[in-house]
Formats: sequence, C-alpha cells, structure tokens
Amino acid sequence: MNRTTHPPDRRATLDRTGAATAAPPTDRTAPRRRPTSQQWAAWAFLAPVTLYLVLFYAYPLYRNLDLSLRNYTVRSFVQGDAPFTGLKNYETVFQDPTFGPALAHTVTFTAVCLLFQYAIGLALAVFFHQHFRLSATLRALFLVPWLLPLIVSASTWSWMLNSDSGIVNSVLNAVGIDSVNWLTSPEWSLTSVIIANIWIGVPFNLVVLYSGLQSIPGSLYEAAALDGAGAWRRFWNITFPLLRPVSAITLLLGLVYTLKVFDIIWIMTKGGPADSSTTFATWSYQLGFGNLLPAFGPGAAVGNLLVVAALAFGLVYLRVQRKQYAS
Amino acid sequence: MTTAITPRPAHRVRGTWWKTVTGLVLTAVMLFPVYWMLNVSFTREQDMRKSPPGLFPVHGTLEGYRAVVDQQLPYLGTSLVVGLGTVALTVALAAPAGYALAKLRPRGGGVLSFLFLVAQMIPGIIMAMGFYAIYLSLGLLQSVPGLIVADSTLAVPFAVLIFTAFMSGIPEELLQAAKTDGAGPLRTFWSIVLPMSRNAVVTVSLFAFLWSWSDFVFASTLASGGAHQPITLGIYQYIGNNNQEWNAIMATAVVASLPAAVILVLAQRYVAAGVTAGAVKD
Repeated sequence: MNRTTHPPDRRATLDRTGAATAAPPTDRTAPRRRPTSQQWAAWAFLAPVTLYLVLFYAYPLYRNLDLSLRNYTVRSFVQGDAPFTGLKNYETVFQDPTFGPALAHTVTFTAVCLLFQYAIGLALAVFFHQHFRLSATLRALFLVPWLLPLIVSASTWSWMLNSDSGIVNSVLNAVGIDSVNWLTSPEWSLTSVIIANIWIGVPFNLVVLYSGLQSIPGSLYEAAALDGAGAWRRFWNITFPLLRPVSAITLLLGLVYTLKVFDIIWIMTKGGPADSSTTFATWSYQLGFGNLLPAFGPGAAVGNLLVVAALAFGLVYLRVQRKQYAS
Repeated sequence: MTTAITPRPAHRVRGTWWKTVTGLVLTAVMLFPVYWMLNVSFTREQDMRKSPPGLFPVHGTLEGYRAVVDQQLPYLGTSLVVGLGTVALTVALAAPAGYALAKLRPRGGGVLSFLFLVAQMIPGIIMAMGFYAIYLSLGLLQSVPGLIVADSTLAVPFAVLIFTAFMSGIPEELLQAAKTDGAGPLRTFWSIVLPMSRNAVVTVSLFAFLWSWSDFVFASTLASGGAHQPITLGIYQYIGNNNQEWNAIMATAVVASLPAAVILVLAQRYVAAGVTAGAVKD
C-alpha cells in the first residue's frame, strides 16, 4: 500500500479542525518486494508515531470506555476503587430528561449548519470562480473566520448578539423590529449558535467546492453557451451534477465535524438557558466538567454515543472517498 | 446568485468592475464580525452600552489593550511555549513517519494511515476526558508538557498525511543515488529528504501552531486553574468575570487573533497548500 501520484483533481483537504481528509489511494498492485532490512528501517521510523497512536489515541479512548462502565467519582481517581456497573451509566443517560432535547438539538444543529454552510459556500465558490479583479485576494480574506481561534469568534458573536448593547439588535431596531434575546431566551439560543457556526463553516466549504469547480472543463460551458443555455441552466445541468462527488465529500466531512462542535456552543451559551442549546458534545462536557460534582461515568457514556455516531459517518465518508479514488 | 461561470480568456477582465464591487460587498459582510471585534476593542467603557452602538471608535481608547498588557501577558507566554512545543513534537513524530510511509513502504503502512484518518474523527471532548483521567493519575494536570502532548493530537494525523503526500513526490533516483553512495535510511532522511521537504515542514508547523494556539477544549479540561494557562482560557475567564469590560475582552481577542492574521498575510501560500494538501509543488 503506498501513495501513488495524485491526479490533480483529488486533493487532500482539511476542515476546520484541521483533519486531513484524503485517504491515500491504495495501490492494488503488489508492491515491489522490499528487502527485509528496509522493512525494519521503515518500522523503526514509524515506531515513535505508532507508540504515540497507542498511548494518546487508543488509550484515552479505552479509558473513556472504562469510565462509562464504572461508577467513577473524583475520589475513585485517587484511590482507584470504582465499582464496575456495566451499562448502568448508559441507562441513566437514556432516562435523563435531557436526552431527548440533546438529541433533537444535535440533529437540528448539524442539519441546519450543514445545509447553510454548503449552500452559501457553493454560491460563493461559483461567484469567485469568475474572472474579476481582486477575486483571489478576496477569496483569501474569506479564510479569516476559519483561521481565527474559536474562542475569538464565539466571544465576538456573543457581544454582537448581546440583548441590550449588541449591534444585531440595534440594526433590527433601526428597521423597526423589536429586540431579540438571542442568547438568553430558550427560543433563540440554538438559532444563535447555529448562525455563529455557519459563519465559521462557510470558508471551508468555499475552498473545497472552489477547487472542485476548477476541475470542471471550461469547454463544457462553452458548448452549453453555444446551445443557448442560460447561466441558471448551466449551473443546474453542468456545475451541480459534476460537483456531486466533491459535494458528497464536503457534506459527509462537514457532518462528522459538525457533530463534534463544542467550543462555540459552550462559550456562547453553555448549552443554556435551561438546556435549550444543549447538544451531545456540550452535555457530555457539562456532566464531566461543568458541575461541582462531576459525573464522569454518564459524561463518558454520552461522549461514547457521540464517538459511535462520528465514526459511523466517518467510515461512510472513507468508503465514498475510496470509491471515488477507484473510479 | 445566478452568475454564470464563464471560461476565462484573459481579455475578458475589463468590464467586470461590478463583479469586483459585489465581491467587495460580500467580503465586507463576511468580515463584519472581525471589524466589530476591532471596533469594540478600541471603544471607551462609557460608550460600550450606548444605543445604538458607535459604528466607528470615534473616541478611540487603548484602555482595552492596556488591560491586555497588564493581565494577559503570562497567558500569551504560555500559549507561545505550548504552541512551539506542539510544533516540535508534531514534526519530530510525523516527518519520519511520512518518510517511511512514502518511501520505505512497510507492510501494514496502509493500516496505519487508515488509523490516523479514523483518529481524527474522535470528538475532542472524548479525547479530553480520556486525557483528564490519565493525567489525574500521572499528576500531569495543569502542566505545560501535558498540554503540549494533548494539543499535538490535533495536528499529528494531518502532519503524517502532509509529509507522506509531499515526500512521495521526491524522485526515487535521488534516494537510489544516496544509497549507491552508501547512505543508510537515516542518513538519507536527514540529509536529503528532510531538507527537500522544507515546504511541508513549514505548512505542518503553521497549522500545528495555529491549532495549539486556538485550542480551548484541552486547555479548559487539562490546564484550568493552574499556574500556566493559555490565552484561550484568559479570554474565557475574562468573559466569565467582568461582563462590563468588553473592550478588554475584545482587545484580548484581537491579540489572540494575531497569529492567524500574520499567517494569512505572510504565509498564504502555505495555508493554501495545507487546505489543498497534495497539490503542494515546489
């Protein structure tokens, strides 16, 4: 298995959390026989990173699973006597009144963010794909929200959405709409964190979809224009269908990463008021770290549900990507 | 938006000024929150609750920035140290791995690459809980090395992929020539592969630094309350403590955004290389 040369249109990209997102294409042909000494050398070079993978990914994951199957308190960390309770923590979590709302919010948050990030990102990619002065510079500027630390974005949005002194409400007032308690009312808190997260997610969609647009041959558009197809028809009959593979990758990846979003929600609303913007990610943190008396077991249980969901979609993503490499 | 995607003959540039204007407007809308952060950071405290808020810092003040210098320097220092440590650890782990995966083709290398892809999908909050449990027993909570190791998990998988992709492009003949001259794998890596991969090292370092600098999840679970806290926690505690001094909060946010701004201005090429990795060409 090795990385072959890339076709120009298949590039690794990375998302907001910086995940690199291209599986190395697998070389189906048998690799050239390599001498044993080289095998040893290769694994010597890989030893540190393999050890690292076991210690710092596999082991925390295992610890988390273990946490969720025992009755852990801070005391048991110190004394190491946490009784094994099996699936009791999961039962506790399922019966918790927060479970239903957290599930609904996670689904809503993910679906709405994805839809808008993709639609806005695509519209912008199509726009910037034209030739005009400054287009490259402006496109680079669009990366800013993606590069900013999340705490910066979250606190800026918090202040913009402030009920009394926020710019958003004063603009609404200026056009005759009453102020909205964006972050402090249960009706609006989820909407507020969705808006902020869309703003953060647009640049990634723009960049990836733009690189997808660049691989569509211009001759197709010329032919369509000769046939008298208008801009709208050219988009729906050429751009959109040909972008489908890139769109699938972008959306699946966005799905995996939107499921995990924690910082933005926690910093803006802490999942409140009254759990109105709680998702699995914030609920898990809340249980484990957000209270005076940590409930590590249930917190880890919620987190593990999130891991299962993320990995399930993640594997779908990897499959789709494999398929695209193959074709 | 129903703009056509036109093919790009060079002579079509003229007569598109309205597209430039549209582009400027869109960018201005997108970057408005960034402008607002700057505006608020220069606003006087007595003007902070004005209704409607001032669109420009007419009576600009550096109060907010004074607060940053007075209170946030240790936090910035910690973030800098943790960021540089993360860069060093990430490159040290990932560059040899990339070389092995790209050029030495070990059996099982594909499985390892796959595991790294999967590793990136684990929610950070889960990693944080696992790390918390481990650090609690090891006594590594609230320590700089602990934070460096945790933050490096954000960047290592990405780094391995970038190095593998980049080093695959190094011509085999070069490595064969080195071998003929009697250089072993280590010598080849150190004297040929690594110097040639300078761009990949820069790209990886930039992103590793940026993600470590921006990290909030690990900071808040593993470092909060300790003697060494990064700037993300500085801002977070600010928000919690004094809801009145938003100019100071926003000034800290501006300062915390500087690395991102510098990277975008000075190293845009490398950012682009990172976002569309594998298209890296020297």
